[in-house]
Amino acid sequence: MVATPTLRVPAPRRSRLSTPSNPRRSPLLTVLTGVVLLYSLVPLFWLLINSTKNQRDLFSTFGLWFGSEFSLFENIGRALTYDDGIFVRWLGNTVLYVVAGAGGATLLAVLGGYALAKFDFPGKKAVFAVVIGAVAVPGTALAVPTFWMFSAMELTDTPWSVIIPSLISPFGLYLMWTFANQAIPGDLMEAARIDGASEFRTFWQVCLPLLAPGTVTVLLFTMVATWNNYFLPLIMLRDPDWYPLTLGLNQWNSQAGTAGGEAIFDLVLTGSLLTIIPLVIAFLFLQRFWQSGLAAGGVKE
Amino acid sequence: MPPGSPTSDPGALPRARATRGRWTGWWFLGPFMLVFVLVFIAPVVYSVYLSLFHTQMVGGTTFVGFDNYARAFTDGAFWAGLIRVGLFLLIQVPIMLAISLLVALAVDSGRLYGRDFFRISIFMPYAVPAVVASLMWGFMYGTRFGLVGNLNDFFGWNLPNLLSPDLVLLSIGNIVTWEFVGYNMLIFYAALRVVPASLYEAAAIDGAGQWRVVAAIKIPAIRGALVVATIFSIIGSFQLFNEPAILQSLAPNAISSSFTPNLYAYSLSFAGQQQNYSATIAIIMGVVTMIVAYVVQLRGMNKEA
Repeated sequence: MVATPTLRVPAPRRSRLSTPSNPRRSPLLTVLTGVVLLYSLVPLFWLLINSTKNQRDLFSTFGLWFGSEFSLFENIGRALTYDDGIFVRWLGNTVLYVVAGAGGATLLAVLGGYALAKFDFPGKKAVFAVVIGAVAVPGTALAVPTFWMFSAMELTDTPWSVIIPSLISPFGLYLMWTFANQAIPGDLMEAARIDGASEFRTFWQVCLPLLAPGTVTVLLFTMVATWNNYFLPLIMLRDPDWYPLTLGLNQWNSQAGTAGGEAIFDLVLTGSLLTIIPLVIAFLFLQRFWQSGLAAGGVKE
Repeated sequence: MPPGSPTSDPGALPRARATRGRWTGWWFLGPFMLVFVLVFIAPVVYSVYLSLFHTQMVGGTTFVGFDNYARAFTDGAFWAGLIRVGLFLLIQVPIMLAISLLVALAVDSGRLYGRDFFRISIFMPYAVPAVVASLMWGFMYGTRFGLVGNLNDFFGWNLPNLLSPDLVLLSIGNIVTWEFVGYNMLIFYAALRVVPASLYEAAAIDGAGQWRVVAAIKIPAIRGALVVATIFSIIGSFQLFNEPAILQSLAPNAISSSFTPNLYAYSLSFAGQQQNYSATIAIIMGVVTMIVAYVVQLRGMNKEA
């Protein structure tokens, strides 16, 4: 499935001349693609606008423009302090799950991808068959049996029940394997070995720096997966004190439907906005880095 | 955890790893495989085991062989859910992938003003959790106070209720499309970036127009990425859970507890106390998904040859 390992750094292709690889800009195409752009951004704009409204304006004013009062900061304050600051607790939990889960998943994927790309060892073919096959197994189909298993091990309703399953990213392993194939010249490793470096030192000091763009790419994808995960914590956790943000937000939302529950749609929306901001920032700041990682290794068949 | 192979031996030959480090790779792969066995292999084995038994409040657990599978085969609720996600798959996935491909080609063509802004903005919804996306769209769908209601009031329209039983699958399809158009676009775009420039130059010398370049070079070059994206989308469709589960609170009459097989497995397990039957549903869905994904992969790769 993977072509010969050549490292290709995407070069800037465009200059001002109009050639086949540097065509003229097209207003029509820009407008047509702009329709998809609007489709992608309008809901986010809606969320941003409605986070600035109090509950009354939310129901009585036009959805795509500001209400009569600008309550964004008041909403943020209330979201952070509501129910003894449970939102902050959920945020902390989410950060914990991301750092331990996505961080661990990236570490395991980098080590494993490096091994698959750079070593021959007994059982390698079997590992390929099983792990690549696992990519096709619906992760959520496994979650219910995993719950029963963890339940027997008394791990449910603890952070471990969310962190441990998050540690495995077959897609991350696949991405790192193809990336390592292309990014690390075998000669370089041999040179390090001749110089007397241990396997660990060769990996740590010689290979790991070369793997950085791929590592960032895998880290971002596992981060998103963990930050946004809903199904796994929904199954594993009962105690709201261990909820991540996704589960907490849904609890706030469904609170309106329960008997005697207070409707806090304004907080649901403001909380939603607060939930997506960290990832949006991470994507924007690291985009050059992880996109080159994706292009250089990930999807080349 | 430093691998303990005797690499400090100054007399070791350059190619020695083939002999002395036969197992070295396992030092690096071991941690992954250890957790993999715990959270992938063991649950599969355990759920196969569970699916062969039946537990009753009175009477305990008994071995029932394939009875649970026979039950699923004649279970109307399961079939309805399976057909529903099948329909979803046949309609939503092609639309989503087509939009993603067109945008990826547009961004890659270099003919857009503000190319980077397009790429990043269209990708942005991927950063939004399914929970937030479903809540947000669920609110917007509302005819009473949502965006649909706003439009009805403003223009005097009478847009239908997107959360009604007839339309809710369409509404879920829209949410999923919104979430993943940008993700798939990026996968295609990344694959397009590594097409060798020499191919384009050769096409230009041959006088090929843009559409010809797209049809003869770009699409064949990213066929692998297309197959991968299709397989991931199929898996996603069969696993459909988050969006309907979240929308359930906004549209309780439209989304039943067996709306999708995954929702059904969840309800059986946690609301119905039927873990054996739930495990059976999970296994059947796993097998169905793998078969469909495998067929798509075979067909996709065959065309390449």
